[in-house]
Amino acid sequence: MTTAQVAELVEIPEGFDRFEVEQFLYREARLADESDYDAWEALWTDDAIYWVPAGGADIDPLRQMSVIYDNRSRISTRLKQARTGRRYAQAPPSNLRRVISNIEFLGGRPNAFGGVDLEVAANFLLLESHARGNELWGGRTTYRLRREDGELRLAYKKVVLVNNDKPIPTMGFLI
Amino acid sequence: MTSVIGSRYEQLIQRDRVHGSLYTDPSIFAEELEKIWYRSWVFVGHESEVAQPNDYVRKKLGLQDVIMTRDKDGQIHLLLNRCSHRGNQVCDDAKGNSGTFRCPYHGWTFRNDGELVGFPFFKGYGTRKLDLPLGRVPRVDSYQGFVFGSFATEGPSLIEHLGDAAGEIDRLARLSPEGRVELNAGWLQHTSRANWKLVAENETDGYHPQFVHGSIFGVTGSPIGALYSDSSTAVTRDLGNGHSENDLRPEFRKFAEPMRWFGTTESRVPEYVAAMRARYGEDAERIMIEGAPHVMIFPNLFIAEIQVFNIQPVAVNECVQFVTAVQLAGAPELNRRMVSQCIGSVGPAGMLLADDTEMYERNQHGLEALSPEWLDIRRGLNREKVDERGHPVGGPTDETGMRAFWAQYKNLMETP
Repeated sequence: MTTAQVAELVEIPEGFDRFEVEQFLYREARLADESDYDAWEALWTDDAIYWVPAGGADIDPLRQMSVIYDNRSRISTRLKQARTGRRYAQAPPSNLRRVISNIEFLGGRPNAFGGVDLEVAANFLLLESHARGNELWGGRTTYRLRREDGELRLAYKKVVLVNNDKPIPTMGFLI
Repeated sequence: MTSVIGSRYEQLIQRDRVHGSLYTDPSIFAEELEKIWYRSWVFVGHESEVAQPNDYVRKKLGLQDVIMTRDKDGQIHLLLNRCSHRGNQVCDDAKGNSGTFRCPYHGWTFRNDGELVGFPFFKGYGTRKLDLPLGRVPRVDSYQGFVFGSFATEGPSLIEHLGDAAGEIDRLARLSPEGRVELNAGWLQHTSRANWKLVAENETDGYHPQFVHGSIFGVTGSPIGALYSDSSTAVTRDLGNGHSENDLRPEFRKFAEPMRWFGTTESRVPEYVAAMRARYGEDAERIMIEGAPHVMIFPNLFIAEIQVFNIQPVAVNECVQFVTAVQLAGAPELNRRMVSQCIGSVGPAGMLLADDTEMYERNQHGLEALSPEWLDIRRGLNREKVDERGHPVGGPTDETGMRAFWAQYKNLMETP
């Protein structure tokens, strides 16, 4: 059986200041809202996972369909496509603003490099304005943050839409 | 005075053009529900979604909520999700395993073949038995596990409806070392604010890929674009009964490299290749060179090589594309790759389908402009040929598939 292997959650690791973490999450949200592809891409670690499951929160992404399940290479492909200006689902780009709240430090998640990433979750509400109309998106995001060369980096972002068990419209932007 | 020649649809659907109102008129949408979705054979799901006795899964058939069940004896049923007492929904979960469905409103209980098996306080009816089963889709049949339903009690059989498109489903099944397709990876549900026919017509439109998908082909260096170009030897075929395909085999035969159709090589999937050779012997080489079909089965099943779409209407200007990855029994090495590739390509964030869907929505919006009144479908009429089976065949970028779709549509809509 091949399934995505995940280590058990451990204690919150040392060295993550709440203010710094919140500022990082707000920055990530703003860069996504503003479709600032270069700055957003620079937040990620090399072993990144960007995941939007479908039909539940805890499906096996290697065996079941997700809306997005990108490793670092596919994040790069996705952004290269967007930068062509001919990714029509985002050309012109949606106007977006999101609010993130209920930020909660969940614990530590041992990573493949012998360290422990900080696991944080937050709720979000996002208003998208697109030619097809306005769309309200909402859900809960789980982030894993790591410190590399003194800077916070994003190793993992899982976005569980509240309506991921129902039909949803095109989601061409960065969620 | 203009004289009326032919029926409404005779006027709206011509050989080289179709009228814009077909995508925007609510009365035509209502008539489609009656004459296509609630009469013709419509794809609903796959037997592998209800693999065990008493498994069930909720599906859509047109606007109706349908429960696909497998009873304790293994037979598949399509039940309407509506209590025969007061119309409440008897099944709330998306899927599960149960021999019965109990309505939450007054406790009426139905077996998974639709029979009413109990209701509380029977004295109020003066009997313990009432002949009030759940509504059923009267004809249910499957082909290679693909389950279809028809609300018409009589009419062409499923195999007659599929005609030569059945062979394309066979081609998909033959890619499994066990000869079986499974659709058990779950379905993405992608809303499109566009008429369902814009989706169906696009499925074998070989004219759009280089333009709509140029962004991703350019970034990944994908060879798919070249399959749909003027220099490609691929063809578009009208398979009859509204079905059509982009037959890419001529291009794959040219290269004669097994697994090229899947963008890989034999050495990267050695267990699969060995299993295929063990099962099919000398034929394995050809099967692995020719690859999977790209076929649109009227009105709503689209098999696009490694993914399967179920198109369902919602309103005259809205539909849903349900999409999942093909899984081949006995091919775990391939299945995981197919899930991964499929996630990258399809659904609301897919690097292909999000752009297709953007086009459907812009089409729908464009059609609010009332002039010119027509959509043009003449491309390739000047070079269409008829093959040895009698099927019209166009070039890789020709609108042969659309004309096939509209011919069947007109037939069904003109049937009283």
